[in-house]
Amino acid sequence: MLKKLTLSAALVLGLTGGGAFAAGGDGEVHDYDFSFEGPFGTFDEMQLQRGLQVYTEVCAACHGMKFVAFRTLGDSGGPKLPEDQVRAYAAFYQVWDPTLFDGDGDFRAATPADKFPPSSLNNAPDLSLMAKARAGFHGPYGTGISQFFNGMGGAEYIASLLAGYTGEEKEEAGAFLYENKAFPGGWISMAPPLYGDDVFYEDGTEATLEQVSQDVAAFLMWTAEPKMMARKTAGLTGVIFLGVLAMLLYLVNKRIWAPVKGAAKRKD
Amino acid sequence: MGGIPHDHYEPKSNFEKGMAARLPVIGLLYDTIMIPTPKNLNWMWIWGIVLTFTLALQIITGVVLVMHYVPHVDMAFASVEHIMRDVNGGHMIRYLHMNGASLFFVAVYAHMFRGLYYGSYKAPREVTWIIGMLIYLLMMGTAFMGYVLPWGQMSFHGTAVITGLFGAIPFVGEALQTWLLGAGAVGQPALNRFFSLHYLLPFVIAGLVIVHIWAFHTTGNNNPTGVEVRRGSKEEAARDTLPFWPYFVIKDLYAMAIVLVVFFAIVGFMPNYLGHPDNYIEANALVTPSHIVPEWYFLPFYAILRAFTADVWIVMFASWITGGIIDAKFFGVLAMFGAIAVMAVAPWLDTSSVRSGRYRPMFKWWFWILVADFIFLMWLGAMPAEEPYASLSLLASAYWFGYFLVILPLLGVIEKPTTPPSTIEDDFNAHYGKSEGSDASGAATPAE
Repeated sequence: MLKKLTLSAALVLGLTGGGAFAAGGDGEVHDYDFSFEGPFGTFDEMQLQRGLQVYTEVCAACHGMKFVAFRTLGDSGGPKLPEDQVRAYAAFYQVWDPTLFDGDGDFRAATPADKFPPSSLNNAPDLSLMAKARAGFHGPYGTGISQFFNGMGGAEYIASLLAGYTGEEKEEAGAFLYENKAFPGGWISMAPPLYGDDVFYEDGTEATLEQVSQDVAAFLMWTAEPKMMARKTAGLTGVIFLGVLAMLLYLVNKRIWAPVKGAAKRKD
Repeated sequence: MGGIPHDHYEPKSNFEKGMAARLPVIGLLYDTIMIPTPKNLNWMWIWGIVLTFTLALQIITGVVLVMHYVPHVDMAFASVEHIMRDVNGGHMIRYLHMNGASLFFVAVYAHMFRGLYYGSYKAPREVTWIIGMLIYLLMMGTAFMGYVLPWGQMSFHGTAVITGLFGAIPFVGEALQTWLLGAGAVGQPALNRFFSLHYLLPFVIAGLVIVHIWAFHTTGNNNPTGVEVRRGSKEEAARDTLPFWPYFVIKDLYAMAIVLVVFFAIVGFMPNYLGHPDNYIEANALVTPSHIVPEWYFLPFYAILRAFTADVWIVMFASWITGGIIDAKFFGVLAMFGAIAVMAVAPWLDTSSVRSGRYRPMFKWWFWILVADFIFLMWLGAMPAEEPYASLSLLASAYWFGYFLVILPLLGVIEKPTTPPSTIEDDFNAHYGKSEGSDASGAATPAE
């Protein structure tokens, strides 16, 4: 029965990987190894902190993250900045507060309770959920089965995109487009944001283009799924407990049915 | 309840006697839980319990989600993110609910194909089957409306496409669509009413589940042989059956624990695998996703909907004969609902005198092709609307209708079924050997 169940489960899952059919197709996505992959994968605190630095110094110029609260930067299972650093980091941003000036509103320094500001550039998408809003892998034949083994590939897509510029550009209807190997369709309107050595890492990591791209991709995976580590722990606990329960129920079931089934059990 | 003779509940204590005279609820529960059940049920008979459990899971997680969700176009998406980020355990509750929908459909499809193979839909269980189909329709409606609530890109544009189907109905279509949406386009009125109905329908489903159980407790369960339980006397019936408690309760719980291991592995380790990345982008009427695809469980019927394009001869014929009233779009809608309707009338299309597919050598083949056809349609539904998928969809849709409308009626006439065992007891003993007489059902099985 176990065989039948796993088979049907695999069949359903395999044939229906929904994510496979959505945005982010066509492009060339490199299967980077991230620390958070697989059932036991965890975020690398240092990498998230480096990614936060890249986001702050580069991405935040145009993009926002309106769903992410500053306080979560101190959460375990995240970048886990000390409280004073979270406070200092938040104060670095100006947020709009409609209660100031007798209800006219004004900007003030952000506190940990505030959220990151939204995108400042109109056509720059919000990055809070970007790593879940893109799938890197779709095959084979559009079934999405590869996601079963490689994961959805949102972070891989982001890292591939950031490192995927060829240097070619063209002008189309008054706008500049830049060739990118990972972007569906091949031409993207975002100018190459990273070149390598864009930031200086305090921890001595060399800021190559690949490194910087992967760091910020990992950080955006965390912003998209901040409870990932808690979720995996809960999932694992569930699997273990239910596995034990299944074994116990198997024994109870066998015991109950034994007198009914008779000695000469032939098959199964 | 039930036509199978068995021992009924006898109130013993004064309290029980008092209750029995006033509200016989203990007797009802006792007779339900001790119902005689064919002892040869195989592992495909576990899905009913899985479905009941899933319904409860969805209602409980859903009620908690509603405590934090805001059904407003400007706040719905953000409130879901609030659940995912700020509510204690909220991410887990939402992922359980989200993947619970998929578990629901995995189980319901297994349950339905079980019924189709073993002839569970045939007399005297037509009513059970019809109620089951109603539950299935309500499930689809509920799942669809639930998918709208996060107000992501796929929610929004999926709603536009699906409600657009009603717009395809001749004469009244546009008015009907506006009435359904509460406006000319998908917006606040639609979100609000879908939220209301998404909360209501599960309780309607729960009511129908009770009627579904009532119906098959009246006729007795079908079983893999399709042979009825002997009902001549209590002793005779007891040789074919075992009480539901503890035999089938424990068996079902064991199976369910295994199903839940897989379910928790998905929720814990890959909760977004069955969803669409696009739905993590907030709804935007001005940007249409490159590929609007329904959730996996709708894909087979979505494929049938899209299969009948204007250049298919049967569509051209329908259009010509109705003077253009039935166009390709409306034909597609009719085909999609028709695909479910032909399944619903299977009890009257199947002419075979033998109930279970186990004893129908030709039927078996056609049945497994139908299963393959269903999975194939699921894949086709996810493919873009272009060749070769369009022609393949048409072919696969044709088989779906052909199976119910042509093959099922014809097979009953031309097929020579093999002989089923004369009793359930014979089938059980052929499989497991005779018991030693120390039967747990006590006097039920006399020493042989």
